[in-house]
Amino acid sequence: MPKPEDFNLDHVSNLARITLTAEEKERFASQLGDVLAYIAQLNEVNVEGIEPTAHAFPVVNVWAEDVPEAGLSVEDALRNAPERRDNMFVVPKVVE
Amino acid sequence: MPDLLFNSTIADLSQRMGRGELSSVELMGSVIARTKAVDGRVRAFNSFDEGDALAQARASDERRARAGAGGSQSRPLEGIPIGMKDVISVSGQPLTASSRMLAHFVSPYDATVTRRLREAGAICWGRLNLDEFAMGSSTENSAFGVTSNPWDLERVPGGSSGGSAAAVAAGEAIASLGSDTGGSIRQPAALCNLVGLKPSYGRVSRYGLIAFASSLDQIGPFARSVGDAATVLGAISGHDPKDSTSLRMDVPDYNRGIAELARSGRKWRLGIPKEYFGEGLDPEVGAAVQGAIDEYRRMGCEIREVSLPHTKYAVGAYYIIATAECSSNLARFDGVRYGHRSKDATDALDLYFKSRAEGFGPEVKRRIILGTYVLSSGYYDAYYLRAQKVRTLIRRDFLEAYKEVDAIVTPTSPTPAFRKGEKAADPLAMYLNDIYTIGVNLAGLPGISIPCGFTRGGLPIGLQVIGQPFKETELLAVADAYERTNDWRTRHPPL
Repeated sequence: MPKPEDFNLDHVSNLARITLTAEEKERFASQLGDVLAYIAQLNEVNVEGIEPTAHAFPVVNVWAEDVPEAGLSVEDALRNAPERRDNMFVVPKVVE
Repeated sequence: MPDLLFNSTIADLSQRMGRGELSSVELMGSVIARTKAVDGRVRAFNSFDEGDALAQARASDERRARAGAGGSQSRPLEGIPIGMKDVISVSGQPLTASSRMLAHFVSPYDATVTRRLREAGAICWGRLNLDEFAMGSSTENSAFGVTSNPWDLERVPGGSSGGSAAAVAAGEAIASLGSDTGGSIRQPAALCNLVGLKPSYGRVSRYGLIAFASSLDQIGPFARSVGDAATVLGAISGHDPKDSTSLRMDVPDYNRGIAELARSGRKWRLGIPKEYFGEGLDPEVGAAVQGAIDEYRRMGCEIREVSLPHTKYAVGAYYIIATAECSSNLARFDGVRYGHRSKDATDALDLYFKSRAEGFGPEVKRRIILGTYVLSSGYYDAYYLRAQKVRTLIRRDFLEAYKEVDAIVTPTSPTPAFRKGEKAADPLAMYLNDIYTIGVNLAGLPGISIPCGFTRGGLPIGLQVIGQPFKETELLAVADAYERTNDWRTRHPPL
């Protein structure tokens, strides 16, 4: 397992798309350091040959009948939009 | 003296309404008046819609009158106000997850549990406070205010479903729904002298529940008796095509099953896991749980020590798996289609960074960051994959124990309700609070917390019973057998 000091808060908060203030960086680094040190005890467990569990009761190939039904109306889908125009979500410019 | 309306059980109120002695409008009126009288101090609710609740109560009274005239059988929750945790969608009502991110969000549809409650005749009542996005064990992480424990207003009600627990304990709802990812129903039930049930994973549809950790989340009831919890569970359970992880299993009549098992005089084999009675367990909690175990022995149950050897790794595995899943689930909050949007964003990428920085509170940010890290390139195998393997071992421990016993009995929480602020600055101390409840979620098992006494200082103590997969009837019957030996559940906080 990696060492707690491998944790690079700037890199990870960038991946998570969250801007942190200087104060948050200082506090989170210390708090998450404690949590990572605690989590490191999982290294003691022998997991050789153990299958991972993603779900306690895995169900696979769940199919639904291909029957059309009413979904959200355009109005309902846009009701919580921060900004909208002509039945569309408005976002900042993404192409030059 | 009979209980006040707002402190009564579903069973009692249903009988009185069935006999025509009480209307749903009167009951709802009593609950609304009580809420207005005490919620300034308890702060269980983020909001409530009095007019909507009374309209639902009037519709219920009309249904009952028509059914009476036609002689058809009444619905299991007809006219009963059920409080709703503010992560469960109720069409047309706010859905905030106690987050600034969703401060102005209005649900466009009903969750499946909401639809099922309505079909059972219930009144969906209020929006109950929680730790932001259900991340926490004290309800102090709400963006809108801290809920108080009705038994001691200086203390926390537990969490994350603290509002759902406090509302029922304070007489502001007759029962309520919460969600439980690592103990978020059972722990606040224990801290507030209530029955709280987490069903087996897949028993109840998650459609319309704001996702925290999808492989662990389950919706379940808070109630004032095991029988009431069984009634609500029966109403909300069952396969749902809209949740592919909900299982195609018949929903039994839980209350009938409990009664049949009680009549049969079955002697339960109960396992006591030694790992749950070690360091960190408050002596008064330990003594009360031991008292409950002695009670089971007196009624002829076989008490066996069992071992769940990977217990000490459950919290670590949980905080990898749950945060990994939350970092993925909460990626949808990007300020584009709904939720908070920063007004200062300069471009699309900046919109994500600033909207998420402004919208999420500290605990949610910490967990997203931890989850992002354990899934990130170079760390996935060491953290996430290893935690999933440890999860397999934790699950095996339980299934191994169930070869010898019918159910497992433990404390629900290592301590009674703690003071507000006591653990707020130390996330790890807060996480360790869930040490007895987390394994149940990792293993997908049903678990229930029931009242088992009070500390000398008057704080409630909870007993956890953990059942076998999908054997909720047996689990409820074990809990019911103990409930019949005492009157803890009939005590109400002095408010």
